[in-house]
Amino acid sequence: MPTATAARLSVDELRDIAKRIRSHIVQMVFNAQSGHPGGSLSAVELGVALFWNHLRIDPENPQWPGRDRFFLSKGHATPFYYSLLAERGFFSTGLLDGFRTLGSPLQGHPSMNSAPGIEMSGGSLGQGLSFAIGQATAGRMDGRDYRCWVMMGDGELNEGQVWEAAMAVPHFGLGDRIVAIVDRNGLQNDGFGDTIMKVHPKEMWHGFGWHVIECDGHDMAAVDQALTEAERPHGKPRVVVAHTIKGKGVSFMENNAGFHGKAPTAEQLKQALDEITRGDGLL
Amino acid sequence: MTSVAPVTAATREAYPKALIQLAEEGVDVVAIDADLSVSTMGYQFGEKYPDRWMTVGVAEANMVGIGAGLAATGKTAFIASFAAFLPGRCFDQLRTSVAQPKGGMNVKCVASHGGITVGEDGMSAQAIEDLALATALIPFDVVVPADFESARQAIVAVGKTSKPAYVRTGRPKVPGLYTTGYRFELGKATQLRAGSDVTLIACGILVSIALQAAEQLAADGVSARVLDMATIKPIDREAVIAAARDTGAIVTAEEHQTVGGLGSAVARVLVETIPVPVSMVGVDRYGTSGKWDELLGYFELTPQRLAQAAKDAIARKR
Repeated sequence: MPTATAARLSVDELRDIAKRIRSHIVQMVFNAQSGHPGGSLSAVELGVALFWNHLRIDPENPQWPGRDRFFLSKGHATPFYYSLLAERGFFSTGLLDGFRTLGSPLQGHPSMNSAPGIEMSGGSLGQGLSFAIGQATAGRMDGRDYRCWVMMGDGELNEGQVWEAAMAVPHFGLGDRIVAIVDRNGLQNDGFGDTIMKVHPKEMWHGFGWHVIECDGHDMAAVDQALTEAERPHGKPRVVVAHTIKGKGVSFMENNAGFHGKAPTAEQLKQALDEITRGDGLL
Repeated sequence: MTSVAPVTAATREAYPKALIQLAEEGVDVVAIDADLSVSTMGYQFGEKYPDRWMTVGVAEANMVGIGAGLAATGKTAFIASFAAFLPGRCFDQLRTSVAQPKGGMNVKCVASHGGITVGEDGMSAQAIEDLALATALIPFDVVVPADFESARQAIVAVGKTSKPAYVRTGRPKVPGLYTTGYRFELGKATQLRAGSDVTLIACGILVSIALQAAEQLAADGVSARVLDMATIKPIDREAVIAAARDTGAIVTAEEHQTVGGLGSAVARVLVETIPVPVSMVGVDRYGTSGKWDELLGYFELTPQRLAQAAKDAIARKR
């Protein structure tokens, strides 16, 4: 059995990877002329720190039963997710070119096992934490110590199923097997969350008996530290509420609900790639 | 082993018995309830195998997701609730987390209190759409057993596949039709009575009513075949085609609306093969409170109506 451990890269190394992920994201959405760049760009630091420094995974052996699991509950963030999997070595970055096209395993929303590393089907929001409870319960039954990480959007917290699952994790004593991550970018499909349906992540999770860890979701060192804290045993399950900016790293996409699910033009792509390469405004 | 005579029992009583049998036979089964385990009878499995049973509170959507997560690790997950809530309250979760991944996750739904014979709880509790929803989920097998013994065997049978399934059980105690010598086969109809003028194809509680209707028809000189079509999906095409060929007229009978249930499944086979006159008996309106047997009369799920439907179908033969 492989004994995979996290890679433990430096913050600078993680930042370089984040740039590549951001470039993939805008390029993929441009190529497909569809997809969800905004909520992909907001999650980049979270994903990179998690996939390189925290997940015990073996890309050569993606079905290793003892692996940590990552479940993308905000399933529309596939440009982010597929880029992470490719850069981490689960499949070739060349596969990203087919994103959202006929014959590609990389559908608009994740389809479980359609490519190595895709742990869960998504696209209908609110289902990841429940799925993680099932996997974590099985891990406990089978004497395995893997951890399940679930990434949700803050708009996704509108979904009642998240509340059902949030209630159940501490009830079943799964706090050391499940970590929730909320990409708190403040925007959802139709606009600002505070206008569409206001959520109170900190109060909500606290109310259900979780330990809430907040961080700046674009400060790589802070993200890495928050994820480390989330791994530490605690009497309560942990949720990382990461304060992020939708579209982060591309000026005209930042805080712009219009780029929740819209592709850039060729000119916009060039500008986006320039800005990402320069790393404007990124810590 | 000697065959035990048919027993009068609710089909839902078979659920924990089947789960225990599966666990004893080494199937890595985990069962989940959503605060209705006293009614689904799932609690009886929990008493015997506490490490293999959990209840998630009143949270059907969460239950489906947990079941899918368990199945993803290789376990055989059973989830149980009332047929009004499973699949009604969690259809999207069944679609996204169970039906679509990997061509179908190994999650079995056992929904009790199906149909109108739930009784006094009234229309909100009377599921007459569940089979339409479940059959619409592409990889799902869908089974509606007629008595305790066939229900027990059907649940064991779906527990040994690696596919998702939906099994509907009922609340009231009903007469047994089968001895323990019976062998349920997924996707196969059971002929309970031979006949040449018409075939009554029924599932669930309507099977015994169809047998009574066949008696009445015999008294009127009409020879009726009776099929227990416990598996609605995949439907036993050969049995339906043989019924059309041999008897030339068909009645379907179910404790469900005629849209999307047994009647639709049978009619679909017939229009593609041997189109013969069909009369569909079901429940095409929302209900009311009453005792379960009173409601069978209220909704005209009676031998008299089935017999009349048979005569209507026969009259339409060319």
